[in-house]
Amino acid sequence: MVAARGTEDPRGTTLKAIATPYNRGLHRLAVVLACWTFLLIIAGALVTSNDAGLSVPDWPTSFGSLYKIPKLVGGVKFEHTHRMIAQGAGLLTIVLAVWTWRVEKRRWMRVLGLAALGTVIAQGILGGITVLFYLPPAVSSAHAALAQTFFCIAVVMALFTGRKWVEEQPRVEFDQRRPSLFTLTLLSIFVLYVQLLLGAMFRHHGLSWWPHVVHAVVVSFVLAWTTVRALTVYPHIEAVRRPAILMLSLVIAQLCLGFTAFLTRVAWGRDAVQPELPMVMATVTHVAAGALLLATAVILAIQVWRHVPVAFEEILPQAQRDPSAA
Amino acid sequence: MNKKTGWARISVGVLALCALLALAACSKKEETPAASSMADQPAMSAPAATPIDPATVAAINGTVKFDGPAPKASKIDMSQDPGCKGMNEAENVVVTGGDLANVFVYVKDGLGNRTFDVPKDPVVLEQQGCRYHPHVLGVMAGQTVQIKNSDPTTHNIHPTPKDNREWNESQPPSSPAIEKNFAREEIMLPVKCNQHPWMKMYVNVVKSPFFAVTGKDGKYEIKGLPPGDYTLAFVHEKLGEQDQKVTVAAKDTKTVDQSFKPAAE
Repeated sequence: MVAARGTEDPRGTTLKAIATPYNRGLHRLAVVLACWTFLLIIAGALVTSNDAGLSVPDWPTSFGSLYKIPKLVGGVKFEHTHRMIAQGAGLLTIVLAVWTWRVEKRRWMRVLGLAALGTVIAQGILGGITVLFYLPPAVSSAHAALAQTFFCIAVVMALFTGRKWVEEQPRVEFDQRRPSLFTLTLLSIFVLYVQLLLGAMFRHHGLSWWPHVVHAVVVSFVLAWTTVRALTVYPHIEAVRRPAILMLSLVIAQLCLGFTAFLTRVAWGRDAVQPELPMVMATVTHVAAGALLLATAVILAIQVWRHVPVAFEEILPQAQRDPSAA
Repeated sequence: MNKKTGWARISVGVLALCALLALAACSKKEETPAASSMADQPAMSAPAATPIDPATVAAINGTVKFDGPAPKASKIDMSQDPGCKGMNEAENVVVTGGDLANVFVYVKDGLGNRTFDVPKDPVVLEQQGCRYHPHVLGVMAGQTVQIKNSDPTTHNIHPTPKDNREWNESQPPSSPAIEKNFAREEIMLPVKCNQHPWMKMYVNVVKSPFFAVTGKDGKYEIKGLPPGDYTLAFVHEKLGEQDQKVTVAAKDTKTVDQSFKPAAE
């Protein structure tokens, strides 16, 4: 069944509730924030991989100052650079939230802008707590997971403010299969998020490596199922095909990176006297690819929700089904 | 459920989550203030030391050997900080001619309820060449540890204890010594510098003065021990712990040697 969202329906109303004008500046800012956040995730991963999380012992100040830049050597290079990039992300988020609030006609977008602001504030506080309490695994892992959550929010804000999203009249194909593709995309996000938590707990010494490795099998299966379904049934819908291909490629890359990270950190680097470059490179790339994978899964879910909604049969009360009752 | 109620519930949920996280973060450190106060006032509540007759004291000495080929020391890359110059080899297993250095030897058992005066002189921990000197340190509970930085770069000193209070302080070049003490007994308490991740050392906090650390020649000596039956523990950061029973009579000098095998891969 094919229909077009946004076209006039028989009652003469459009399925698009609000005609939103494309705002190039707002979209560009959202894209900049998403890219900046990706950079921030890499900087954060470098801090963890270089065991530099406590090289600046105070927070919110750095060596007692809010604005002075300390000598960027040793672990301070990683930790303070991470803090400076994080401050930039905070400022960008404030501007984006205020701008969105002022110009957006879509109420849910205004709420999303505020959610981004709330998330970045919570993230900053978590970062501070983890420094002040000497990296408790639960807090450090929450900090790592919230970082990628914020990245996903920034990415979807960039998506929702994009010209294509705002202006296109999406063609819709109803999904009759069970489980639906939308269900599979939600399942993908769920297993990826669990994997993110398991990986973060391992990195921050709260859990052994094996739950993360075992769960990688589950993630691979679910993501392969999702992408194969998307690519075999809806290859003609570009908005679904592209994130599905990217997701499949990232899963394969991520498995290779995960294996390399395991070798360099667990197998070979167990007794290393200091963080070694191959381990740092492998683990940081693994974290970065994981963030991209999660964001891609979120985009795929959104595009599937938009283009391949779940068909359902409306169950009417018996009285309404009986023609004689009309 | 109307929209306002929905948002109110979400807000309450988020607040509850934040509170839980804060609680989780704080719960581990609940005993911190108590530990801190104990550490700050070690001698105030300490009972009087049990007298030892100096005419009867004994001594134990010996050599700790490494039973196997000496492991090749790992290289340390100090290039990430131009202020770090010095020997660039790890100290986790230091073997010279079969003699094992950095083994902490102490009387683990046999002293009963004896108490001992805490020395007034501080133990010095030096940071020089972006390394800790010494690599393994013994100290009595409550004794002052004086930490000095002789390097032209900033270090941070971060003990990660199991039973003592955790702290993390930075120490810029030419700054005054930091003075700390540890309130509770703890063996092989790791201390690290998060600015220079290769910098690691171990503090051993004990209740008696009967301890020693083996030098490069693997030798140690414990003096002033009252006669009795003791358990002597030999602890190495990588190779683990080995115990030996020893009996010393009045004015005795006993030799107790020990050897460690390479750690299982």
